[in-house]
Amino acid sequence: MPQDHTERRVVVTGPPRQTRRASGYYRPRTEIDEQTTLGHTYVRSLMRTQLRAALTVFAVLGLLVGPLPLLFAAMPDARRLEWAVLGFGLYVPLVLLARWYVRRAERNERDFVRLVEDR
Amino acid sequence: MNSSYAVPAVALVVVATVLVGAFGLRISRTTSDFYVASRTVGPRLNAAAISGEYLSAASFLGIAGLVLVQGPDMLWYPVGYTAGYLVLLLFVAAPLRRSGAYTLPDFAEARLASQAVRRLAGAFVVGVGWLYLLPQLQGAGLTLTVLTGAPDWLGGVIVAVVVTAIVAAGGMRSITFVQAFQYWLKLTALLVPALFLILAWQSDGAPRHAFDEPAAFREQRVVRVDDSIDLTLDRPLPVTVTGTVDGRTHTDTRLELPAGTHHIERGTRLTFAEGATVPHAERSGGGNLSTSQAESREERPLYATYGLILATFLGTMGLPHVVVRFYTSPHGVAARRTTVAVLGLIGAFYLLPPVYGALGRLYAPELTLTGDPDAAVLLLPDRMIGGVGGDLLGALVAGGAFAAFLSTASGLTMAVAGVLTQDVLPSRGVRHFRLGTVLAMAVPLAASVLVGGLPVADAVGLAFAVSASSFCPLLVLGIWWRRLTPPGAAAGMLVGGGSALLAVAATMAGYPGQGAALHALLAWPALWSVPLGFLTMVLVSLATPGRVPPGTAGVLARFHLPEELRTEVTT
Repeated sequence: MPQDHTERRVVVTGPPRQTRRASGYYRPRTEIDEQTTLGHTYVRSLMRTQLRAALTVFAVLGLLVGPLPLLFAAMPDARRLEWAVLGFGLYVPLVLLARWYVRRAERNERDFVRLVEDR
Repeated sequence: MNSSYAVPAVALVVVATVLVGAFGLRISRTTSDFYVASRTVGPRLNAAAISGEYLSAASFLGIAGLVLVQGPDMLWYPVGYTAGYLVLLLFVAAPLRRSGAYTLPDFAEARLASQAVRRLAGAFVVGVGWLYLLPQLQGAGLTLTVLTGAPDWLGGVIVAVVVTAIVAAGGMRSITFVQAFQYWLKLTALLVPALFLILAWQSDGAPRHAFDEPAAFREQRVVRVDDSIDLTLDRPLPVTVTGTVDGRTHTDTRLELPAGTHHIERGTRLTFAEGATVPHAERSGGGNLSTSQAESREERPLYATYGLILATFLGTMGLPHVVVRFYTSPHGVAARRTTVAVLGLIGAFYLLPPVYGALGRLYAPELTLTGDPDAAVLLLPDRMIGGVGGDLLGALVAGGAFAAFLSTASGLTMAVAGVLTQDVLPSRGVRHFRLGTVLAMAVPLAASVLVGGLPVADAVGLAFAVSASSFCPLLVLGIWWRRLTPPGAAAGMLVGGGSALLAVAATMAGYPGQGAALHALLAWPALWSVPLGFLTMVLVSLATPGRVPPGTAGVLARFHLPEELRTEVTT
């Protein structure tokens, strides 16, 4: 796959943005575009927020799932509990965690866009 | 089992798959269409396609078989397969889509600007892809054998031919339609029979002892042992034997087998009384989905459970057929939403295999002895309902099983063929993609016909462990850590993935013998090989600070900035 092809696709499939383009460039946005030190600081701050959101949800997942094998090993007679939890109980919390994360990640991105577009 | 309905059902699934694929072919024109469906696939269609692709033979047949044989501990498999998507969503989904790469090697090259790392990643993609293709072909063979008595290799050949034709002809666009169609087919094929089976169970007085340990026979049952097995008994077991046990021949003799291990020769008929506990069987070199060198219940310490959890949670993000689908989302936000939808879809699907596993423990416990516990899903409708209704439901399940093999195999073939075309075959273009497809399928097909019985649980576990220890560090560090260097990435993939590969290969070769503490350590390498991969990658990167690619800041900005901000960065 020629590389230039990839680049061209990225531009073509981007979301429409003509409306805001016309309003001119604001300072933070230009910093990011020109890859100055200040621009990198903006990107870093976004990465840090997103990573924090991801690690939070990952920690919740670990706390939710991590103790379960220990619990089942400690209670060898609670087979029905093991069936219920592993067979049917964990999927809904997983989906809820995912939705929570997506909402947080999208909010982080919206806040960031608002910051750099100075709106 | 009556095959008069099942064979038409399988044929129907194959024909429908070809037709839906052909429908996509009319739209598939450019090279971009081929690889990523021109990135216009919406979240709902894409989520169904990802789920359809992900739910493989191991999910459709293997989990119920494993649960039937080894009890609820095996339910960690579906939980891990699902949670793997959550981890993928957290750390990888949106940045991976924004990276703008087509495949994992593309990602490695875009992030690290290194041809060597690209080639190494490509080698791992091909390796993991082939490892994962093997069980699909074997599962197809097993299904066709159970249904019709056809030779083992025939099902694999059918799947291989159909998949190669679809992928070579239509590429990713048609695969998207095929996969989405097959998710709903698979869900229906498990859901409808499950409802009838639960009704049958209800009318049977809803016996509950399936959830107790160990499984027991509900009625007197004669079991014919097809392969020589070793039975391990915790307590004495009364049984009527015709055949050879522990080297002594009996004819219709009532025996009280003492606790310990007993060798049963093939062809022996065992009659178990009502209420007898089902003994645990150990097979030497079995060729089906559930028997496994890595999985013997007696020595399944907590460590193994945690190893399984880590491998499946972190391995999902690196499976080549999973990753390639994320490039088909139109943008990063859609990639995230797609992943949430996928979690819901596969979570809904995974509610069903435990039902089959539990009912299998009630109504077909002897499958643990006869050697085909994976056939439980296929046999239960006939066993519990019977008659024309049972046959029809059995045919539905068989069709769904074939959909599972077809969809996962086509996704894997797609990913492997993409790597072969771009990095191995000399010239580029659509014609060479077709050549790559044939090559991608020919190798695992030859292996499955020649090698035969590689236990599927092992092959799948191996694929996950290797992926978790090589691609997971590459993706996570590549996306979140700016000091990653090409030598670090290469060393981490080689040390982490390579050691996981060696460990599981050693286990499958039978080293060291059962019972050793080292055995569990090697059979479930993820717990040490994943940290090893991460650590190597970090330390070697820190030791080569001069090799940080110059464009790293720009590349990371592209990974993480929302699309609406990023035009000026990339052009």
